[in-house]
Amino acid sequence: MCQEVEKSLRVRIDGELYQVEPGYTVLEAARQFGVEIPTLCFDEALEPYAACRLCVVEVSSVVPGKGAARGPKRMVASCVYPVEEGLEVQTSTEEILRHRRNLVELYLSRSPNARKIQKLAEQFGISEPRYKFAETHNCIVCGLCVRACSEIVGANAIGFGLRGIKRKVEPPFHRGSAACISCGTCTTICPTEAIRLEEIDRIRSIHALAPGVYETSCSICGSFELVPKSPDDYAEWLLDKAAHPAQKPKAGKTE
Amino acid sequence: MKIRSVEDLIAARERGLATLYPRKVKISVGMASCGVASGSRAVMKALQEETKKAGLDAFIFPVGCIGSCHMEPLVDIALPGKPRVTYANVTSKMATDIARSIVSRDVRKNWLYLRTEEDENPVDGTRMCIHSGGITGASSPYHALDFSDVPLFESIPFFKKQKRIVLRNCGIISPDSIDEYVARGGYFTLFKVLNELTPDKVIQEVKTSGLRGRGGAGFPTGLKWQFTRQAAGDVKYIICNADEGDPGAYMDRSVLEGDPHSVLEGMTIGAFAVGANEGYIYVRAEYPLAIETLNQAIKQAEAYGLLGENILGSGFSFKVRLSKGAGAFVCGEETALMASIEGRVGEPRPRPPFPAQSGLWGKPTNINNVETWANVPVILSRGGEWYAGLGTEKSKGTKVFSLVGKIERSGLIEVPMGISLREIIYDIGGGIPDGREFKAVQTGGPSGGCLPESLIDLPVDYERLTEAGAIMGSGGMVIMDDKVCMVDIARYFLTFTAAESCGKCTPCRIGTYVMNEVLGRICEGQGREGDIEYLESLAGTIKALSLCGLGQTAPNPVLTTLRYFRHEYESHIRDKKCPAGVCRRKFTAEEITRMKEEAARKKAALKQAGASETGRTPEKTATKPKGKSSVPGSRKEPTR
Repeated sequence: MCQEVEKSLRVRIDGELYQVEPGYTVLEAARQFGVEIPTLCFDEALEPYAACRLCVVEVSSVVPGKGAARGPKRMVASCVYPVEEGLEVQTSTEEILRHRRNLVELYLSRSPNARKIQKLAEQFGISEPRYKFAETHNCIVCGLCVRACSEIVGANAIGFGLRGIKRKVEPPFHRGSAACISCGTCTTICPTEAIRLEEIDRIRSIHALAPGVYETSCSICGSFELVPKSPDDYAEWLLDKAAHPAQKPKAGKTE
Repeated sequence: MKIRSVEDLIAARERGLATLYPRKVKISVGMASCGVASGSRAVMKALQEETKKAGLDAFIFPVGCIGSCHMEPLVDIALPGKPRVTYANVTSKMATDIARSIVSRDVRKNWLYLRTEEDENPVDGTRMCIHSGGITGASSPYHALDFSDVPLFESIPFFKKQKRIVLRNCGIISPDSIDEYVARGGYFTLFKVLNELTPDKVIQEVKTSGLRGRGGAGFPTGLKWQFTRQAAGDVKYIICNADEGDPGAYMDRSVLEGDPHSVLEGMTIGAFAVGANEGYIYVRAEYPLAIETLNQAIKQAEAYGLLGENILGSGFSFKVRLSKGAGAFVCGEETALMASIEGRVGEPRPRPPFPAQSGLWGKPTNINNVETWANVPVILSRGGEWYAGLGTEKSKGTKVFSLVGKIERSGLIEVPMGISLREIIYDIGGGIPDGREFKAVQTGGPSGGCLPESLIDLPVDYERLTEAGAIMGSGGMVIMDDKVCMVDIARYFLTFTAAESCGKCTPCRIGTYVMNEVLGRICEGQGREGDIEYLESLAGTIKALSLCGLGQTAPNPVLTTLRYFRHEYESHIRDKKCPAGVCRRKFTAEEITRMKEEAARKKAALKQAGASETGRTPEKTATKPKGKSSVPGSRKEPTR
C-alpha cells in the first residue's frame, strides 16, 4: 500500500493526459493544470461542500478487470470527487454547459443584485432569468461563512436555519450569538456581499441585509464590543486570542 | 431465560404454538395503525367486555395488518377444531354480537369475509394447519358449525395472486409475542447461520438470491454487504432505514407493527455477515405504534439472548438501538439519515465515500430498508436459489406495494416481481370505484412517475419502471381516475419535494421551488408559451446536478406527466382550461382591472349608443335587452 501513495495517477481531463498525485480532487487537479471549472462554494482554505453544483463535471471510471471498457458516464461534483487511475473527465461538454447555464439562471433569479452572480450570468449570456422571485436576496447559501466560522475561526457562531427555499444563514435560534467574536471573517469571505459589517463607536454589528435596507440591530449575531482597532490588527489580535483563549471577551449582548 | 440450544428454541416454539393455535377460543383483532384508525380499539374493548361478561374462556390478541386495509377493523375467530374465520368491517356493536354468538355456539356467518384452513409459512415452506389445537371432529364443542361455504383465503381475489414473504407473519402472529414468531420458524434461521455458515457463505447466498434494495434504488443487497465486509476497520455498523416518507406508502410501518422480529432477525444475520456488532433502526417519529412494538421486540430478543452479547452461545454479539426521526423527508436518504443519527442536521453529503467505506461516525456502515431486512431470514432459510426462482430476470423475489387512491380494494399487497400493473390494479385491487375510468398510476411516490393507461400491461420490476420514467421506489401506488388533473398531481408532488428539500444544493433548493411555481401558474391559467420547455429544461438540470436522491428524482412526476399527458399541459396554457375540471382559473390584479375597465367602457358605449339611438330609431331600443345575441363578440367577457 505504501508504494501506491507515492505513485501518481494518470487522469485524462478534456482529452489531455495528466499525472496527478493521489488525494487530489478533480477540481484541484484541473485547476493545477489550468483547466478552469467555475465554483461558488469552494475555497482552498475550507473543506469542500459540494453544494453550489457549478463545478459538476462528467467522469467515467475504468472498470476493473474489463480492459478498455469504461463505466457509465456520470455527473459528479469535481470539488469532492477524488482522482483515480485512468479517470476520464470532461469539464465543458455541451450538456454540462447547458446545465450550468440553467443553474446560473436559477442563481440570477434568486440573487439578481449580487455582483458575482451578475458576472457569471454575463459569462453564460443570460440577461433575464425566465422566472423572477418577488423577494430576492444576495445570499446564495454557499455556506462559505458558516464553514469559515467553524473551520477557520472555530467560533461556530452561525449555522443554517430552516430548509428548502427558506434556508438561511443565522445564529442559533434566530438570536444574537454569544459565540461570535466579531472577527468579521464571514463578511470577508462572503462572495456576494450578503453579510456586512458596521462599526460605530467601537461597536461592531454584523448585518445580513437585503440591499438598500438598513438596520441598526444585527440580524446575524447581535452587536459586540470591538476589540481590534483596525482591520490591520486582525491577524495579531486573532493570534493573541488563539494563544490566550481565556481572554475571550464576554460577548453576547443579545437583543 | 436465554436461548442457547435448538432445544431451547423448540421449547419457545411450543409455547408460541400454544397461543398461536390454542386449544381454546382465540379472537384476534387487527390492531395495526390501519385497524386502529378504523376503530379497532373500540372493537377490542367490546370483545373483551362481552367475553368477560359471558365468562367465555378465550384468548384475545392484537395482531398486525393482513393487508386488506379496506376491510378494517378485521376480527379473526379461531374456534377449537374449526378453521380460522375473519369478520370484516366490524363495529363495536357487531363485536358484541360476535362474542355473544360464540358463547351461544351459533356463529353469525353473514358478516364473514374469509376462512383460513392453513397458514403458509415461507420460512420453511410448510403449511400449518389451523384447526385449533389439533382438535378434530366431534371432540370440538363447535362441531356442529359448518364454515365450508365461507370463501377460502386463497380464493379471495385480493389474496389469490399474492405471494407473502415479507408479510408472512403480519396479521397472523401477535407482534407482542416472540414465541409466536419462533413458532412460525423465526430465529431458527439465525441459529443455523451462526452455527453452520460463515459470513462469506451468507453473503454468497444473498447474492445468489438476487435480492435488491427495497428502499427504491434497487442496489444488489449481497454486493452491498460484501463492500461493507471488505472495508477496513474493526468497528462497523448496520442500519435499518425505517424512515418511510413517501405519501401513500406504508409497508415498512406494517411490517414493524405486525412482525418486528423478522426485521431484527434479518439485521442480526446481516451484522454477522458484514462483521458489525452494533445496529441502529431509524424510525420516523410519526410511527408511534411501530416504535412501541420495536422497543418491546428488542427487549424480548435481548431477554432470550437473541440480541446482545454472545448470541445463541455463538460468541457473536450484536446490539440494536432505536433512533427516532424528527419529521424530515430527506432523512430517508442514507447520508442524511446517518447525520441525523449522529445528532447533526439531517442533510445529505456527497458520495463517495459511500457508507460501506465511511458511514456512521466515519465507520463502514451497511444500510438497508425494512423490507429488505425482512426478506433476509427467508432467503437464508430456503436458500438463494429458491428466492431467485421468484420474479423476473433482473428483479428477483416479491415486492410489497401499498395500493391507495381511487381503487376499490386499497391495502398492502405482496406480489412476485414481473406481475403486470393490470393484474395489480384490476385483479387484486378490484379496479376503479364508482364506475370511473382508470387514468394513471403513480409509482414510487414523489420520486416516481405517473404511468398512463397505455402502459397498464407493463410488468412491474426495477428496469421496466425506470424505462417508463417512473421508479420502483418504496412501493407506493397511487391510482388515479379520470377526475384527476395530471398537472395538478405533478404540482402536488413538487410542492412536497420543494417543501422537503433541505436546501443544501442549489438545483434542488431553487430549482424545485421554481418548478413548483411555474406549475402553479399553469394550473391557475396563467401559464405562458414556453413554460413546458422551461420545465423540461429545468427538470433535466435538477436531475443531473442535484446532490442527493431527493433532488435527482424530484422532477420525475413532472417529466412523466409531460411525457404521457402533455396535452393536458397544453390545454391549461393555450385554452386556459383544465380538462379534468380540477384547476381553478385565477386572474391577476391587472387582468381584473382590465376586465373591469373593459366592462365599464362597454357599458358606457352601450349607454351612449342607447341614448343617441333613442332619438333617432326608437324601434332599436326594443332589441337592446337581447343585446347578447344581436351584438356577438362585443360582450365577450371572460366568465369568472
